Amino acid sequence: MAEKSYLEAIRDGLSEEMARDPSVYVLGEDVAVGGPFGVTKGLSQEFGENRIINTPISEGTVMGLAVGAALLGFRPVVEIMFMDFITLAMDQLVNHAAKLHYMSGGQLRVPLTIRVQGGVLANWGAHHSQSLEAWLLHVPGLKVVVPSNPTDAKGLLKAAIRDDNPVLFVEHRGLYFARGEVPEGDQVIPIGEASVLRSGSDVTIVALSKMVAPALGAADELSSEGISAEVIDPRSLCPLDLDTVAASVKKSGRLIIAHEAVKTAGVGAEIAAQIQEAVIHYLDGPILRVGAPFAPVPYSAALERKFLRGKGDIVTAARKLMGRA
Amino acid sequence: MKKRDREELLPLLEKMWIIRAFEEKVSELYAKKEILGLIHLGIGQEAVAVGICSLLHQDDYVFSGHRAHGHAIAKGADLGRLMAELAGRSTGYCRGKGGSMHIVAMDAGFVAATGIVGGTIPLALGAALVCKEKKKRQLAVVFFGDGAGQTGAFHESLNIASLWKLPVIFVCENNGYAEFTPLSAHTVVSRLADHARTYSMPNVTVDGNDLLAVLDAAREAVQRARSGEGATFIECLTYRLRGHYEGDPGKYRELSEVAEWKAKDPIARFSEMLKQKRMASEKQIREAEIEARARVEKAVDFALSSPWPEADEVTKQVFA
Amino acid sequence: MRELAYYEAKFEALGEIMAADERVHLIGGTFLSLSTRRAIYQELVKKYPGRAVSPPISELSFCGLATGAAMAGLRPIVDLSTGSFIFEAWPQVANEAANALYMSAGQTRVPVVFHIFHGIRGGGAAQHSHSPQAMFWNCPGLEIVLPSSPRDVKGLLKTAVASDNPTIFVDHVQLLEVRGEVPENDKPIPFGQADVKRKGSDVTVIATSLEVQKSLGAAERLAEEGIQVEVVDPRTVVPLDFQTLLASVEKTGRVVIVDQCHRSCGIAAELAARIAEEGFDKLKAPLRRVTTPDVPIPFSPPLEEFVTPSESRIIDAVRAVLR
Repeated sequence: MAEKSYLEAIRDGLSEEMARDPSVYVLGEDVAVGGPFGVTKGLSQEFGENRIINTPISEGTVMGLAVGAALLGFRPVVEIMFMDFITLAMDQLVNHAAKLHYMSGGQLRVPLTIRVQGGVLANWGAHHSQSLEAWLLHVPGLKVVVPSNPTDAKGLLKAAIRDDNPVLFVEHRGLYFARGEVPEGDQVIPIGEASVLRSGSDVTIVALSKMVAPALGAADELSSEGISAEVIDPRSLCPLDLDTVAASVKKSGRLIIAHEAVKTAGVGAEIAAQIQEAVIHYLDGPILRVGAPFAPVPYSAALERKFLRGKGDIVTAARKLMGRA
Repeated sequence: MKKRDREELLPLLEKMWIIRAFEEKVSELYAKKEILGLIHLGIGQEAVAVGICSLLHQDDYVFSGHRAHGHAIAKGADLGRLMAELAGRSTGYCRGKGGSMHIVAMDAGFVAATGIVGGTIPLALGAALVCKEKKKRQLAVVFFGDGAGQTGAFHESLNIASLWKLPVIFVCENNGYAEFTPLSAHTVVSRLADHARTYSMPNVTVDGNDLLAVLDAAREAVQRARSGEGATFIECLTYRLRGHYEGDPGKYRELSEVAEWKAKDPIARFSEMLKQKRMASEKQIREAEIEARARVEKAVDFALSSPWPEADEVTKQVFA
Repeated sequence: MRELAYYEAKFEALGEIMAADERVHLIGGTFLSLSTRRAIYQELVKKYPGRAVSPPISELSFCGLATGAAMAGLRPIVDLSTGSFIFEAWPQVANEAANALYMSAGQTRVPVVFHIFHGIRGGGAAQHSHSPQAMFWNCPGLEIVLPSSPRDVKGLLKTAVASDNPTIFVDHVQLLEVRGEVPENDKPIPFGQADVKRKGSDVTVIATSLEVQKSLGAAERLAEEGIQVEVVDPRTVVPLDFQTLLASVEKTGRVVIVDQCHRSCGIAAELAARIAEEGFDKLKAPLRRVTTPDVPIPFSPPLEEFVTPSESRIIDAVRAVLR
């Protein structure tokens, strides 16, 4: 074990995979000099400039280029500097990366990893703060993972790079400096497996990415009120480990889903829809979703604070479900 | 013009005839509703496909767009599996899941043709990057029309290809129309090769209906790519003798213009040239067509007698 | 009352809109689709030279152009034709048009309409059959409109153009020949007003766009078995008239939601989640969704049929919630 930050864990994952497999290439803006947070720092010296490729500001074409290279022998890891900029690559992602395996009747494979960093950090406003995973979950053919801690980040990145399918690796820039114990060695976390972070029997809280810590904090607070909360981190959104969530709901009868992204038409909607299809008769009350209001991310610190959901919102939701609102 | 002998050139006539026969047969089957969906035929543009692809190896990579049947055939795709794909059968290259606008024939090195204009140009760059790294003198080719010249992907790609010296050949089939509008209504730039000049990329504009001219341009471009000297832009002036898609009455084109280009038919011109230079007899030229049509008939028989895909095919191969 | 075909009502709307407000510009030319009806549209182009233009294949640019033009005082209607092409313009729609009013605290308005034909059209295959509207629902700042009848398309198109917000006008080529009543001197239909297209007391079917027509067909067939289906058409998803949907849920307790988007995070997902949240106590059975499965749309005709939400699948779902 070693204590690492989320960012260091990602860098270690990249470095280990690149050492293990010479077909792994990294592409993105400024990646050769480390990127805005330093995730890829040092990799260029370690693996050469031909494998850590700085690209011009042409997200669409770079995404297409990465897809093309993936079709023919590379395992590219494309970095989109801000998740907000994935808009510029939508056509290549949706119409090529996601679909070429299917449309070709299996002749083509797209072993592509797309690293994006999303989420609110510090008053960067509407174009540099978004969480857009719901868009990507809506596209058949893309896998989506949302690691919430250093160990999962490293393990899921390895899985993503080794996967023969396009995988969206959704980092949260607000987690980059979060630290945790990361096991040494080649630990791969399978895509499609949720993680029960805390056991409980009164209410199930499903939380993604940066909402995991507030969810655990909420569980602590609730336990002092005699409410026992189970906290589940899905880790992957596609494929989604619905069974783990359903089993928990059968036990507790109450479900809260928390994510930083806008609540309306977010991934919480899909999880809620699937859960009520599967186990509605076990539910004692409505499925509550904690997500951002229907608005772009505001700039001002005072507004940004109000925009973000947190521990308090999860606690309130749990009390409501327990009938003690 | 270099000296060429009949062994090299007569097969190219056959190849052009196969594309022509295939496309005409597709049109027939479409009218009979044996083929459904959106079909874009390349009748009249055969010399570009054959001229470029005849100089490529099986392990060179070709990309194209919605008007790709000819490119796939010229690259070596199996006619039966191609026809079966258009007919939506399970024996098609893509098991019925791709269709005319999404041809993939990996065994022939025909990597991807898809329906978003300009969309495959960046894919070709990726293939070229792999070729460059592998150092085996392979290259990538991407075919696109004049309409793609106004997309963001086109411009970004010219920039990156020249910046990174990628072994890629950009082949622009300038047939004067982007869907239903003449090129002049889409851009002030009448020669798309001029765009390559902005990025200091070697470029040429040729008569796309003159197979020998296309061959000459292709030869230089292939040599440049294989020797590590980077990308080339070849603009081929040509014309599609049918509408943008099957069913398009083409009212936006003057009949006199269509007639003018019919008179420049690439197959007729090449046949004439072969005869004049005594590289082929009248009989051999006729046989090239007969043989081509026979092969296409076989492909049709195979396709139409193939089974339809089953329901469980729907959810197969979403993920590898 | 007179009966019109959907495309006639739409064309009438366009004509009236162009005549009433010279700030309205049309960018792109397939509002009546690519078929022979395109010739009818040309009448408008001839009548308003300079206000009806056909751009090159540069979706990103011309959607950005339309957004900017709207900021500067015009009211453009941009036709992207096949919905799949809007991915090329995503940054302009999702990051520029959607956010401008908010980010400028109201200084900048973007009265632009982005028009698309969504969904499975018959042989379009994976890249010409998208229904992107659900993704836009997760993007605050965009109004989303889905007409399903001749009267709706006319009334809603007028409101879309009059709206000061960027609007995604989600149409479907298979609606164009549907016939229906359209009053003379009809009024614009406000956004945020759902329409109960058929009353019933046994099951609520919520549907959008083409699926409304299929749901009505299914309801007819089910009525023969004595099952009374209420078909509720939200007409606009943003803003959403949730009250009308909820009232129907409270009446029947059994809900089927029909939507041509892919299942995961589709329109039906958000509606199901919201009903599960706010109408939970009224539900007698789990909500059922009838959607396109999470697969790219296959080309081959029988495969395409397997994935398309159909009357039979709607009927099966209704029976399932009644069990």
